[in-house]
Amino acid sequence: MRELSDFDEMYQEVIIDHYKNPRNKAKLTNFTEETLSHNPFCGDEIELQLLIEDGVISNVSVDGRGCAISQSSGSLLSETILGKTIDQAKIDNNSMRSLLKDEDLDDKHLDSLADSTMIEGVKKFPVRIKCALLSWSALSDILNNY
Amino acid sequence: MINTEKIRKDFPILGEKVNGNDLVYLDNAATSHKPKEVINSLVEYYEKYNSNVHRGVHALSIKATDEFEKARISVQKFINAKNSNEIIFTRNASESLNLIAYSWGKENIKLGDEIFITPFEHHSNIVPWQMLCKENEAILRYFPIDNNGDIDVDKFSKEISNKTKMVSITHMSNVLGTVLPIDKIIELAKKYNAVTVVDACQSVPHMPVDVQKIDSDFLCFSGHKMLGPTGIGVLHGKEDILNNMSPFLYGGDMISSVTYEDSKWNDLPYKFEAGTPNIADSIGLGTACEYLTKVGMDNIWKHEMELGQYAVEEISKLENFKILGNKSKELRGGVVSFIHDSIHPHDIGSLLDGFGIAIRTGHHCAMPLVRSYGVVAASRASFYLYNKKDEIDKLVEGLKKVEEYFK
Ligand SMILES: Cc1ncc(COP(=O)(O)O)c(C=O)c1O
Repeated sequence: MRELSDFDEMYQEVIIDHYKNPRNKAKLTNFTEETLSHNPFCGDEIELQLLIEDGVISNVSVDGRGCAISQSSGSLLSETILGKTIDQAKIDNNSMRSLLKDEDLDDKHLDSLADSTMIEGVKKFPVRIKCALLSWSALSDILNNY
Repeated sequence: MINTEKIRKDFPILGEKVNGNDLVYLDNAATSHKPKEVINSLVEYYEKYNSNVHRGVHALSIKATDEFEKARISVQKFINAKNSNEIIFTRNASESLNLIAYSWGKENIKLGDEIFITPFEHHSNIVPWQMLCKENEAILRYFPIDNNGDIDVDKFSKEISNKTKMVSITHMSNVLGTVLPIDKIIELAKKYNAVTVVDACQSVPHMPVDVQKIDSDFLCFSGHKMLGPTGIGVLHGKEDILNNMSPFLYGGDMISSVTYEDSKWNDLPYKFEAGTPNIADSIGLGTACEYLTKVGMDNIWKHEMELGQYAVEEISKLENFKILGNKSKELRGGVVSFIHDSIHPHDIGSLLDGFGIAIRTGHHCAMPLVRSYGVVAASRASFYLYNKKDEIDKLVEGLKKVEEYFK
């Protein structure tokens, strides 16, 4: 029998906190990249803006509409990548995908993801992995041009 | 009145456990479950007389052809079509609608013509017309809506004109559960000689539907939403219109003669059924029609309206939930969509699943409609003949727990 507490792994306190109080949500007036990612199956949306200067993500905004997982993941992403180089952001993006595929990651990669690792609990709910990756897909859209 | 407890015994899946709980299946607008009789009819075909149709002289092929054509007649009777050759088997309602767009639409929709659809449509009844209008440089228009969010027929009567060549409408919204005034709309369309299409995906499975009374030119539905198997759908068309149309797909079965240079089309309905048809699932659909008839479509509709109304009342009692669409009893079947003022439908759906309650969350393949309510997604509970009030109570209990969890 599944209990409500089984969901605590997916809806960690940090996740709910980021969902209710999203970080870096304010739209940027000064940015170099902008993309909108949406999940056609559920309609969830993430708008990602980046200011990239000298190969470094010097400012970020994540706005969107959707479930606790997609939106908190976006907020967490913004904290993870802010101030990182393009190359490191690319590595983080790959690490995130490995994490959700349950592949082994060393401490260096995990540390770089910081609180974004908290989303890992969705692994038990495979249909929600797409939600967790929505903002990371938006990031890929941008980074693929670099 | 229908005996739900007795009916439930006919559906093996209703005995399944989900996450340790009894399954509470409230996603019938997406697809319905199948009674043992339907499942058995598939097994029987494959085990006893599996064979191709319309092409053999041997016993199995004769039996398969017989049962296949009997299924067509079951469907014909179920919707009271004039003739069984007006029943065309397709894969699903989407294919039926595409068949109309490709075959009738391409030849008959001209530059500047208008097609009217409603803002309540499923993507299946939007996209084929968008594409057709783009290709043939025609104009896709939407029915006007009144202040209650319902179709404004009076206003429509002033917008329809001789330019209107087609009107395609859903009989019942798969999101709002609203039943549309299709009689009035079809009457108006006829005045302007516009061809009428009814998307009956959510009506044929749930209420008595008589295509001769409705008098639509085309009517489409899917077998899987009416106790039948997946992969089988129906296009009903009036014989004279179908006869004047070109085939949609070419190949075996749909020709009467072929030379190396040219071909002649077969008669209805085969002209529109190229290749080996979905024999087993057609037979399964025929069985489903008979099962539904046995229970009685009037009874089923009454039962579902009652469940729909009960769900509207009970969910309305929850402070932070809002029901989408018209709440009035007369206009609503067993489909109820709702939103919470802060919790997203996916999060609601995931938690409910933990209690064994299956609902649909998302845009329900009706993105423009859901967005018109200012949200990207909604939760939907939809009922069928085997659902009972205490399942709605479980849903409401579940919603309360979800609220508590996200507090
Ligand atoms: C009103 C309506 N129209 C069309 C469809 C499409 O049916 P199918 O996916 O079986 O083609 C559906 C099913 O979701 C529906 O509810």
